[in-house]
Amino acid sequence: MQPYRGSKTTLCAGCGHNAISERVIHAFYEMGIEPSRVIKLSGIGCSSKSPAYFLGGSHGFNGVHGRMPSIGTGAVIANQQMIAVGTSGDGDTGAIGIGQFVHLMRRNLPIIYIIEDNGCYGLTKGQFSPTADVGSKLKTGVVNDLPPIDTCALAIELGASFVARSFSGDKKQLTAVLKAALSHRGTAMLDVISPCVTFNDHVGSTKSYAYARDHDEPLGEIDFIPYFQDIDVEYEAGSSHLVKMHDGSQLLLKKLEAEYDPTDRLEAMRILHETSRRGEFATGVIYVEPDKEDFIELLNLVDEPLATLPLERVRPPKAVLDEIMEELR
Amino acid sequence: MSPTGVAVQDAAASQPARQIVNDFNIQVATVNGSGSQTANMVLFRSIFQMGIPVSGKNLFPSNIAGLPTWYTIRTSKDGYVARKREIDVLVAMNNETARDDVMGLEPGATVVYDEPMQLAALRDDLIFYPVPFDKIVAQVCPDAKLRRLVRNMIYDGVLARLFDIDMAQVETALNKQLGRKVKALALNQAAMKGGYDYATEHLTKQDPFVLESMGGSGDKILIDGNAAGALGSLMAGVTVVAWYPITPSSSLCETLIDYLRKYRIDKETGKATFAVVQAEDEVAAIGMTLGAGWAGARAMTSTSGPGISLMAEFTGLGYYAEVPAVIFDVQRVGPSTGLPTRTAQGDILSTALLSHGDTKHLLLLPSSMAECYSMAIEAFDLAERFQTPVFVMSDLDLGMNAWVSEPFECPTEPPDRGKLLDAETLKRLGEWGRYRDVDGDGIAYRSLPGDGMPAYFCRGSGHDGDAGYSERADDYENNLNRLARKFETARSVVPGPVTEREGDGKVGVLAYGSTHWAVVESCDQLAREAALAPRYLRLRAFPFTDELTAFIDRCDRVYVVEQNRDAQMLSLMRMEMSPERIAKLRSVLHYGGLPIDARSITDAILAGEGHALAPANGDLKT
Repeated sequence: MQPYRGSKTTLCAGCGHNAISERVIHAFYEMGIEPSRVIKLSGIGCSSKSPAYFLGGSHGFNGVHGRMPSIGTGAVIANQQMIAVGTSGDGDTGAIGIGQFVHLMRRNLPIIYIIEDNGCYGLTKGQFSPTADVGSKLKTGVVNDLPPIDTCALAIELGASFVARSFSGDKKQLTAVLKAALSHRGTAMLDVISPCVTFNDHVGSTKSYAYARDHDEPLGEIDFIPYFQDIDVEYEAGSSHLVKMHDGSQLLLKKLEAEYDPTDRLEAMRILHETSRRGEFATGVIYVEPDKEDFIELLNLVDEPLATLPLERVRPPKAVLDEIMEELR
Repeated sequence: MSPTGVAVQDAAASQPARQIVNDFNIQVATVNGSGSQTANMVLFRSIFQMGIPVSGKNLFPSNIAGLPTWYTIRTSKDGYVARKREIDVLVAMNNETARDDVMGLEPGATVVYDEPMQLAALRDDLIFYPVPFDKIVAQVCPDAKLRRLVRNMIYDGVLARLFDIDMAQVETALNKQLGRKVKALALNQAAMKGGYDYATEHLTKQDPFVLESMGGSGDKILIDGNAAGALGSLMAGVTVVAWYPITPSSSLCETLIDYLRKYRIDKETGKATFAVVQAEDEVAAIGMTLGAGWAGARAMTSTSGPGISLMAEFTGLGYYAEVPAVIFDVQRVGPSTGLPTRTAQGDILSTALLSHGDTKHLLLLPSSMAECYSMAIEAFDLAERFQTPVFVMSDLDLGMNAWVSEPFECPTEPPDRGKLLDAETLKRLGEWGRYRDVDGDGIAYRSLPGDGMPAYFCRGSGHDGDAGYSERADDYENNLNRLARKFETARSVVPGPVTEREGDGKVGVLAYGSTHWAVVESCDQLAREAALAPRYLRLRAFPFTDELTAFIDRCDRVYVVEQNRDAQMLSLMRMEMSPERIAKLRSVLHYGGLPIDARSITDAILAGEGHALAPANGDLKT
């Protein structure tokens, strides 16, 4: 278990982000993924510190504010054999990084992209971020008057192939969602409500523990059956939905609304808008498209990592240069 | 031919007493989007094929169609390829600019013009050749819709006749330019012949200009600096390219994409040994480049000034976290949007010190097509050897204009991948820390994701020798000092300067990049006009090497010639030099957006040396 753990956290006691790090450690361990096969990436902010606190045996890159998607894109195309997990925050994603977030979703790069969403800037002492709800109140009494960005709805709109929302306080659901994300080929976008105990956990905040517990609206129960467990899944059609993930794992979504189909984009958007109108937030795997072409396939890359291709495969022979010189005469 | 044309021709010209052979320039004034580029390139290529030293400068607007554009072709038997200010032959095709173009000519210049513009009435000290382009094109191109596309080819025929260009060469050039486009080829041939025949029948040679073959082009090539940089990147074994379109750098990545698709698809699998991503902006482009470089790819991006500004924050990350990246900066005129289609050397200072905090970056300064190629290869080696971003500082003049060059050499050395940790090194070191200076050269060993070596946490925040987060003063200082040591190591590894002229040392000249060609010509002017013997050192990289200080010590005064307002390279020197050396430095600056010319340099140095200036245009047609 040791290489799955990271260094000691420096985040506040009770921070939702630490619970997420714990879930990441468990999900990767239970899926049997060697930390040395993982690259972990982040931007700037409290959320972006967290890769230091999980998977100590993995390569990490803590880049600049809001630009983790581009570093991740470069790293993954340089070595597609690595499993990439990025952690970002609601400011890092929704404000300074919204441009890179948008284009990451469009490209369907194979990466797990976790937004540790607390609706505020923790590291600069509690200013609102773009995911804060209208009417949500800061400790100082300042009320947010701009509409929030729903990162899940945005991601679906942009063509993301795996979109989930969860809550740092829901161990079971978050673990299942993370495992499903690990089985997905393409971008797995996880918005995890992760309360900031220091700046945004008071009455009047819509990102507090109490508010999240009261307004969390799970779409149903999630059972994740990894590809290496040979289990025949039996489920009741109508209120359950079975999704076959790309690696052969199965995602069983139980007790759903009868008509809800997580592979239907329109349904996913409907659920997000309906729950949001009620002041709730839907959690679970909201949308999944297991077979969508990912960015590596789109680029038609050779199977080996580009980073370490031998010289004879990356430098054309002298005859090629001679041929080009002849064309230029 | 209009009566006016005849009258002025007769007045202006008695038969020229002497010929000017292979030593004049031609400026073609057209409207952009009118297909003039084919005609200009055919003319340029014909002269190239005759073995005459030739250069071409495209002066174009930041626009797709409808605005004035000028293309200048300079022939020089002595091999001068810098821009020359004075125009000897004007081909006036654009009604909007024709009057100004004609009024700006020196007496005795020649004008080929579209007859209805009636330019001959403007001046009586020029030689005019009116040509009825519309009539000729109507005769040679029956399809009215296609006439616009071939009309410009007529002036190639006229000029071929006037200057005695071998028609076989023009045919060859046209074939090369249009390749397999059979129908276009036939139409253009007809237009060219139409022009040639018209000139034969109706124009009497009155100008002194003649082109004579100098034995063919041998194995020389015609290329622009962006294509040369692309070829260098291809041969360097680039694997990841992330870019965002911007003039004047776009064609670098576009040419590279063409070469990669042709030569870097695995034959067995049909799959690519490269990835190209058109990013959402320059910030993402450099971010992808650094991400790929961190993961071990040979990664690059290409941009111009505005993109460099956007890349500042990430460049600081690359410097501090020590991640290799190659960045081509094809400089254009700033600040801000500036003049996007004009040339400058205006990013030197900001790029050398790009990003906040204490940062210094390696710059390579190509002057020629051969160096745009070879320095691309060197940049990848330096980036990995020093684990840092490396900038190749090209400019619009080098990048987008066609230049004659010797063919490029295939690299014989394998790529320098730098200090990559492996089992043997790990055993030797006993204990590894990502940022520990075990060799004393400031360069530490790095591991790559997936290489089986110990992992580390790469970060732009404060870190210690083992890449652990640290805010300790001693850790920070040790790291900064090591980075400075690394930069010192680079001093003896980057391409050294080249002594282009030995001279007597009274007058020293320092220059770099595309400025070189005007300096070479200026040195000859200074010798001819003022019996000066300048010593000329051409810089090829930042950081500066010891040869620079030695050079300054061996000169009485040193003129630093560059294409920006604020003497940027001189300012960089000022940061490193002793006061006695700084006291010797003078500046020659040129920053109007047009490529620098020799005359401007010569006049500035003559003035600096207390010489009376030569009469205006003293070297013209003397």
